Amino acid sequence: MDRSFQLKRFGQYGIFLAFALICLALALSTPRFFTLPNLLIIGTQVSINALLAFGVTFVIITGGIDLSLGSMVAVAGVTAAMFAHPDTYPLLVPLFAGLGAGVFFGAFNGFVITKSKVPPFIVTLGTMTIGRGLALILSKGRPISNLSDSFNFIGGGNVFGVPFPIIILIIAFIICSIILNKTVLGRYMYAVGGNEPAARASGISVTNVKMWVYTLCGLLSAVGGILLTSRITTGQPNAGAGFELDAIAAAIIGGTSTSGGTGTMTGTLIGALLIGVISNSLDLLNVTSYYQQVVMGIIIIGAVVLDSMGKKDR
Amino acid sequence: MIESILKVSNLSKSFSGVKALDNVHFELKRGEVHALMGENGAGKSTFMKILIGLLAPDSGEISFEGTDLRNSNVSDTLKRGISMIHQEILIIPELTVAQNIFLGREKELSGRKDWTSGWLNDTAIDKKAAVLLEEMGVNIDRKAKMKHLSVAQMQMVEIAKAISNDAKVIIMDEPTSAISDKEVDTLFKIIKDLRAKGVSIIYISHKMDEIFEISDTITVLRDGQYIATKSAVELDKPSLIAMMVGREIDHMFPESNSAKGDLALSINGLCRKGQFSDINFEVHAGEILGFAGLMGAGRTEIARVIFGLDKLDGGEIRIKNKSVINKTPREAIENGIGYVSEDRKGLGFIPGMSVKDNTTLASMNRHRKGIFIDQTSERISTEQMIDDLRIKTADMDQKVTYLSGGNQQKVVIGKVLLAAPEIIILDEPTRGVDVGAKFEIYKLIRNLADKGIAIIMISSELSEILGMSDRILVLSKGKQTAILSRAEATQELIMKYAVA
Repeated sequence: MDRSFQLKRFGQYGIFLAFALICLALALSTPRFFTLPNLLIIGTQVSINALLAFGVTFVIITGGIDLSLGSMVAVAGVTAAMFAHPDTYPLLVPLFAGLGAGVFFGAFNGFVITKSKVPPFIVTLGTMTIGRGLALILSKGRPISNLSDSFNFIGGGNVFGVPFPIIILIIAFIICSIILNKTVLGRYMYAVGGNEPAARASGISVTNVKMWVYTLCGLLSAVGGILLTSRITTGQPNAGAGFELDAIAAAIIGGTSTSGGTGTMTGTLIGALLIGVISNSLDLLNVTSYYQQVVMGIIIIGAVVLDSMGKKDR
Repeated sequence: MIESILKVSNLSKSFSGVKALDNVHFELKRGEVHALMGENGAGKSTFMKILIGLLAPDSGEISFEGTDLRNSNVSDTLKRGISMIHQEILIIPELTVAQNIFLGREKELSGRKDWTSGWLNDTAIDKKAAVLLEEMGVNIDRKAKMKHLSVAQMQMVEIAKAISNDAKVIIMDEPTSAISDKEVDTLFKIIKDLRAKGVSIIYISHKMDEIFEISDTITVLRDGQYIATKSAVELDKPSLIAMMVGREIDHMFPESNSAKGDLALSINGLCRKGQFSDINFEVHAGEILGFAGLMGAGRTEIARVIFGLDKLDGGEIRIKNKSVINKTPREAIENGIGYVSEDRKGLGFIPGMSVKDNTTLASMNRHRKGIFIDQTSERISTEQMIDDLRIKTADMDQKVTYLSGGNQQKVVIGKVLLAAPEIIILDEPTRGVDVGAKFEIYKLIRNLADKGIAIIMISSELSEILGMSDRILVLSKGKQTAILSRAEATQELIMKYAVA
């Protein structure tokens, strides 16, 4: 078997292998790593990034990009917090307000992108700033605290010993995987990202598909925003800054190609877990966060290099 | 005896156990045009890739002017004088013609030898380009940006680049696939000039007429094997095809026996500004209407408007006597129109998706249960298309990129068919498809007509138009110049109206 073939195989499954190897190495070197409490901590830490990464995976598969994730986290978080004070509204109100804000924001992204034909990079760069401004306006620039216990349960509570964010993560993963693999919409996402003119010539409404992915991305960011607000028990207008980069990194490490048309939710989940596991282990090993960033950057590039080697023809 | 410049013997190359080239021989003489013929998958591209140093052979000898080329890379072969004009032209659109010609050699032209040679000398580049283009006798503005050039002009620039590299051998891969007849004449004139100057040309094309017009010698490959090398005058079309396919094809075009059915599509006064105007025709169920005309006559543009890819500026489209407006391809498909584009890679299929996913893409409405994909019905439909159209693929989950041109085309046709159209527009259905598969596609088109589908077939190959069409609409410069019946149509008559 020739070398290029092995590399190709490795490119396909490399991320899973790398993840397994890193976990194995950590389990052997740091006794605290492979304990249930630590794993649950990782799961909780990963959950928000993974949710955003699922959203942006949809977008990247269609050949787009969304830089406004972090701002949507803040807008949704602040909006939810405004309705989450004790003894005011029932729990569903802040939830729907936060999710609605995300859906609206995402749909707005989709609308501008499909109507204006301006590249998504530029549009979402703009809405990233708009969103941050909106979050500051809504909260009058101050953190919104004093939230109800039921609201705080979402990010901080446990069900049978499992942190609630992990449960949300698992549910979101299942739903997103189903959307991508089993629905017509998912098929169309791959088609639009794989060859947009051909997708259009096949009778697919490219506009609808794009509206859907940006809206879904907004919705998932809002779930992330609500989780974060609930976990830190405050609606922070500055929350989520830079989250978009970690989410995009998770998708890319997981094998989603920025040129569109490929990517899986499982890959993205592993990508997010890999980022989580590495920063957790570097914490355990007392490596400062400065070095952690260097390591993370190397991993992102390494993953893409592996991926492109896997794609090389013969 | 003219000396040979390039000699290849016993060349073999396999990819993961599959032999792409098996003991190939090839001898190129100085100043000859040598056509390399073979179906897709015969090993032509692998052979060329080895020649220019992109791939290393497994075994065999390549001797170029007495030196061994087996272990050379692309820049070695380029320096020695082997240049290739690729089918997909490689240019930098934002740079000028002159800058593109001398791309990568700016330092040589800077007139400096020291560290300041990195300083651009665009005047020198410009002057040299002017001389070069003048010598070639082509009228291209050397200061124009590449992106403003036509495909034919870009090709000329690539040839200029090869000449400026002192190329002794120029490989041309399907150079006429995207240029008009007039431009082909210019190209052939340049090829003849080059030949007179002692440059050897390796010419790859699927167009038979061209091969006989331009080449001195013809070498045929089949399934990676060397078949024969013959002088062009010794051969005729049928014997060349037989060598390529390995069997005789006597009846290239199937008999027309479909009775004309009801009116399917009628077009009244269709126009689109700057592209075509006042187009009027009818197609009946079971009929094949051929669209003939030169490149740029407006054939594809009309198809695009009917299929809703472009907006119409005037006129009416009636399907079964009902006026329709197709604002998007989606509406056109719903109105019963299918379109197989000439631009297979751009508009036809999604390369990264499987045969199955591509085949069902335009008919997901029939392959869904609510929001979910109905995987079972998808597999049944795809299975049926693979059988009906005889698509050669390992399995339906194979990515379409890995299929041959003819099979990719069949996947696209399958996709269009699954959407159950009553009218199909086929735009250059056999472009880039090899002879054997062409024959199958002709049979397929005739079968569809026999099943009562109305067909519009656009083609630049006159023999195809004449062999397949029941009636022929001829276009010239965006105007409809004639509608000929099968009986009255001849090559000469069509050409007369095409240049009218």
